[in-house]
Amino acid sequence: MAAGVATWLPFARAAAVGWLPLAKKTMPKPPVDNTSRSDEILYVNVSGVRFQTWKNTLDRYPDTLLGSSEKEFFFNEDTQEYFFDRDPEMFRHILNFYRTGKLHYPRHECIQAFDEELAFYGIVPEIIGDCCMEEYRDRKKENQERLAEDTEANESTDAPLPPHSTPRERLWRAFENPHTSTMALVFYYVTGFFIAVSVIANVVETVPCRPPKGKVKDLPCGEKYDLAFFCMDTACVLIFTFEYLMRLFAAPSRCKFMRSVMSVIDVVAIMPYYIGLVMPENEDVSGAFVTLRVFRVFRIFKFSRHSQGLRILGYTLKSCASELGFLLFSLTMAIIIFATVMFYAEKGTASSTFTSIPASFWYTIVTMTTLGYGDMVPSTIAGKIFGSICSLSGVLVIALPVPVIVSNFSRIYHQNQRADKMRAQQVCMHLCFQTHLDRDRDSDSTALCVKNRSAFEHQHHHLLHCLEKTTNHEFTDEMNYSELCMTESVGFRTSRSTSLSSQQGAQNNSTGCCPRRVRRRAAMRLANSTVSVSRGSVQELDTLQFKTTTIPHQTRSSLNAQPDNLKLNCGEQDFTAAIISIPTPPANTPDESLPPSPAPIPGILRNTQATAYTHESFKISSL
Amino acid sequence: MGAVVGTLTMQTKSRRLSRDKADDDLEMTVVCHRPEGLDQMEAQTNFSKRELQVLYRGFKNECPSGVVSEETFKQIYSKFFPHGDASAYAHYLFNAFDTGHTGSIKFEDFVTALSILLRGSVTEKLQWTFNLYDINRDGYINKEEMTDIVRAIYDMMGKYTYPVLKTDAPKQHVDAFFQKMDKNRDGVVTLDEFILSCQEDENIMRSLQLFENVI
Repeated sequence: MAAGVATWLPFARAAAVGWLPLAKKTMPKPPVDNTSRSDEILYVNVSGVRFQTWKNTLDRYPDTLLGSSEKEFFFNEDTQEYFFDRDPEMFRHILNFYRTGKLHYPRHECIQAFDEELAFYGIVPEIIGDCCMEEYRDRKKENQERLAEDTEANESTDAPLPPHSTPRERLWRAFENPHTSTMALVFYYVTGFFIAVSVIANVVETVPCRPPKGKVKDLPCGEKYDLAFFCMDTACVLIFTFEYLMRLFAAPSRCKFMRSVMSVIDVVAIMPYYIGLVMPENEDVSGAFVTLRVFRVFRIFKFSRHSQGLRILGYTLKSCASELGFLLFSLTMAIIIFATVMFYAEKGTASSTFTSIPASFWYTIVTMTTLGYGDMVPSTIAGKIFGSICSLSGVLVIALPVPVIVSNFSRIYHQNQRADKMRAQQVCMHLCFQTHLDRDRDSDSTALCVKNRSAFEHQHHHLLHCLEKTTNHEFTDEMNYSELCMTESVGFRTSRSTSLSSQQGAQNNSTGCCPRRVRRRAAMRLANSTVSVSRGSVQELDTLQFKTTTIPHQTRSSLNAQPDNLKLNCGEQDFTAAIISIPTPPANTPDESLPPSPAPIPGILRNTQATAYTHESFKISSL
Repeated sequence: MGAVVGTLTMQTKSRRLSRDKADDDLEMTVVCHRPEGLDQMEAQTNFSKRELQVLYRGFKNECPSGVVSEETFKQIYSKFFPHGDASAYAHYLFNAFDTGHTGSIKFEDFVTALSILLRGSVTEKLQWTFNLYDINRDGYINKEEMTDIVRAIYDMMGKYTYPVLKTDAPKQHVDAFFQKMDKNRDGVVTLDEFILSCQEDENIMRSLQLFENVI
C-alpha cells in the first residue's frame, strides 16, 4: 500500500489542533490557498484514445508536464480537452503512475521508446518501482552497449575519406582500418607475420639443441645459433619500432595514443632490445637484462590488433572486474583461513612439510583449485579432515562468480557477432547511420525543472512551523546543533536576533519544499572584545531531496513510495539541497552595537552550508 | 565442473519467497470495510457531499481495504515529521480517532474527527483535545498523562533543535500548563476547567480558527 502523503496532509494539519492549548507562542498564519477547491474531471486525448481523470490526480506531481501549467499548451479549446500526439499505449502507464504513485516498466515495450515518453512527460526514470527496476536497468544497459557498438562501427566504417585530408590523417586511417588501401593491408599482414616470427623465435631459442662438436652438455639453440637469432630479433624490433613511430606520428592526439593500452604494449615489447644494446656485457647486470627479455613475450599481445576475439576477451574481463575482484577477495580470505588451520593441525608431526603459514598457502591454493600436486600432504587425522573441507569449499567458492563472467562474455560476443553482420549489411546497402546516441538522454534527466512551490509544500511548512511554535524550539541541522552545543559549553554569550518573520517568507520565496529551517543567528559576542560578528539571521529552506536528481517533485513521489522502495541506479547520488536564503533583519537585539547583516552574507552562508545539507539529505532519506 | 554447479545453484532462485508472500497477502485482504451511505454521513458531519466524496476518494486510494491500522497510521504521520519520532504522538492520535476502540480507524471515524476539528464549534474542538490528552478516558487529565503527551510532542522535534532541548523541558512545559489550566489546584484538570481556561486565552481562541480552510 502506497501511502500518499498529499492525501493525508489535511488530516495531519487537523490533528495539529491538539497542540494548540499547549502552544507557548502564537501560531503562524496559515498559507493562503488560491487554488480552486472543487475537483473536476479532465479529459486527455492521446492520439484519439480518450482518458479521463480527476484534476487532483494529475496535481499530485506538480513538476511533471501533466501536473504543471505546461499542459495548458496542449489544451484544445474547440474540444475542451488536452491533446497529445503520442503513443496511447505508453500513456496508460504514465497515467497509472499518477493514479497509484508507482511507475511500472512494460516489458514488451522498447526501452528507448519508453525513455522518450518519460522524458516528454517530465518523469524521471529513477522512480520506477522495485518490481520493474531491475528489468529496466538491464534493458537500458544492453541498449547502451549496443549503441556504443554502433557508434564504434560508425567510426570505423569504410566510408570514403573526407576530401581534404592530410597525409597524416590518411596514414592514421590506414593504421586503424587496414582494409582501406592495399598498402595498409600489406603492412598489416607483414607486421602480423613478424610478430609471429618474433614470438616463435623467443620460444625456440630456449629449446636444447645438439651440442656442437667437442661439448657434451646440451646447449639451448639460442646460444648455439646466437647470431642468427640476433639478426632475426633485430629485424623484428626494427619493424616494430618503425610501426610504433609511424603510429605516433599519425595519431590525432598523441597524448591519448601514448596512454592507450596498445601503445604501452608496443613500447614494452621493444624496450628490452634497446636496453640490451645499451647495457655493457658484464655478468652483474646481465642477470637483470635476462629478466627484461621476458617482456618480449608481450609481443604476443600485439596480436589483439589483429584479432577481434582477443579484444572481446579483454573487454569481458574489464566489464567483469567487480566479479573478478570479489572472487579474488573471497579466495584470499578462504586461503588464509585454511592455511592457518592446516598449519596448526599439522604442527605436531615431525617431518611435516607445513613449515609455516605462508608455506601452507601453497597447499591451500593447490587444494582449493582441485589441482592436488601432492608435494604437500597432511598426515594427521585433523589435517586430513580440514584438508577435505578445504577442497570441497574450494569448488564452491570458485564456482560462484564463474556463471556471471560466462554470461557477460556470451552477451558481448553475441553483440559483436551482430555488429559484424550489420557492418556487412551496410557495406552492401550503402546506408548512412544516424547517431543514435542522444547524449542528453543518457546523462542526467531532461525532465522539466519546473520549480513549483506547490500548495502541499506551503501547508507542510506551515504545519512544521506550528510544531515549532508549540514547543518554542526550532528545527536545526546536525552541524548547527553541534556548534550550539560547543558554544554553550564554552560559555559564550550568544545573543539571539529574535527575528520572528511572521510573514514566513511565504511571499518572498520562489521555490522550496518541505522545510528544514535553520536559523543561523550565532551572533557571538566575546566577553572581552567589542567586535561582534553578526552573521545575520538567515532563514533557509531546504528541499527534501531523496536520492534523485534536481527535480523537487521527487519529494512527493518518494514520499509516496514505500520507504524501502527508493533505490538508486548506477550508483549515482545526486544530492542537491536547493537552499533559499532570505535575509531577515536582526531585530530586537539587546545590543545595538551589532552591525546590520549585509546582503552578501546570506549568500556566503548559503554556499558554506551547501555541503552540510548532504547530511540532512542522508537523514531524511532514511524515511 | 565448477561452472555447472554454479549455474545450477543460480537457477533455483527465490521461488520460495514469492509463494510465502502470496500467502501473507491473501490473509491481509480479507478484512474489508465499506462506509455507510453518503447521505447519512452528510447528516452526521459538517461536510458537504462533495467534500465527503473528495475525502473518501483519497482515503480509498491509500487504504483500499477501508481501514487504517495503527502501524500504518504511525507510518503516515511520521512522514510529515522526518526530524523526530512521531510514533508516540501518533499513538495518542490514533486512540483519539478510534472512538470505538476497535483497533483500526474506519472512514467514519476519520471523517467524524475531521468534522469536529475543521468544522466544529469551539467547545467541540476543545472537547476533542481534552479527549486526546485524557489518555485513560477517566475525565481528568493528571500530570502523568500530560507529561506523556508533551514528551511525545517534543519527540517529534527530533534531536537537533535550537535552542538545545533540555531533558526537563517537557516537565517545565507541563508545569506551566497546569499553572494555567488547573484552577482549583487539585492536581488534575477537568473538562470544564480546561474549556474555561482556554476560552480565557486569546491566543488559543484565535489559533483555533486557523485550520478552517484545510479542506
